[in-house]
Amino acid sequence: MIKTIPLDYYLWLAATLFTIGVLGVLYRRNAIIIFMCIELMLNAVNLLLVAFSTYLNDASGQVFVFFIMAVAAAEVAVGLAILVMMYRNTKSVDINILNRLKW
Amino acid sequence: MTLNLFYFLSFLAIMSAIMVVLSKNPVYSVLYLIITFFCIAGHYMLMNAQFLAIVHIIVYAGAIMVLFLYVIMLLNLNKESEPHKSTLQKIAATICAGLVMIVLVGSLKGTEGMIQQQPAAADIGLVKALGKVMFTKFLLPFEITSVLLLAAMVGAVMLGKPEKR
Repeated sequence: MIKTIPLDYYLWLAATLFTIGVLGVLYRRNAIIIFMCIELMLNAVNLLLVAFSTYLNDASGQVFVFFIMAVAAAEVAVGLAILVMMYRNTKSVDINILNRLKW
Repeated sequence: MTLNLFYFLSFLAIMSAIMVVLSKNPVYSVLYLIITFFCIAGHYMLMNAQFLAIVHIIVYAGAIMVLFLYVIMLLNLNKESEPHKSTLQKIAATICAGLVMIVLVGSLKGTEGMIQQQPAAADIGLVKALGKVMFTKFLLPFEITSVLLLAAMVGAVMLGKPEKR
């Protein structure tokens, strides 16, 4: 049933989602939203990996997606811990305040 | 039918992804991102990757987004405390993202018939087939992932501890 959808539709969808992620990183100043947009970019890549893996009948792509999910989970846990610590020190999640890396 | 479902899921995913960027309240951003993740899980279902669809919902919608929501509530972020960029910076950001899109479109254009479609094998997304690959060909990366998760856990606990004065 999947073969009724051309593969390049998934290419365009993943490219669009990735661009929206880039837009979010550049557009917002809230560090948590920037984190969420990074997740969005990771998911665009995941979608593309799964699409190629399905269309080429190769299960390796789906295993890569599994590993990317594990890395994303680790990244979010550590990143949010850093954010909470920074909020404790500066009382803000504004990246313009965090740009000095010391205070 | 399948194509219509694809269009519907793509439209919903892109719209809610845009709303993640544009909504003023961080809590709404998280909720829109959850909608996007469910749409991506729907795409995985369409591509016959059932195992990944379930894992995606459990890990992203179930764990990561709850973590985000929890941190937002812990820090008490809302519409009033939301920092904003100036209009000039927003326009510049939009132009830069548009340039990224142009680069992506330019590099992907003309790839349409390059992928030779293989005869269908419907079972590669199922747990059985995926598990076989993961525990033979990718056994070492799988074990190393557990070390990574342990390191992340220790790191998060260490960072979250209040500093001693």
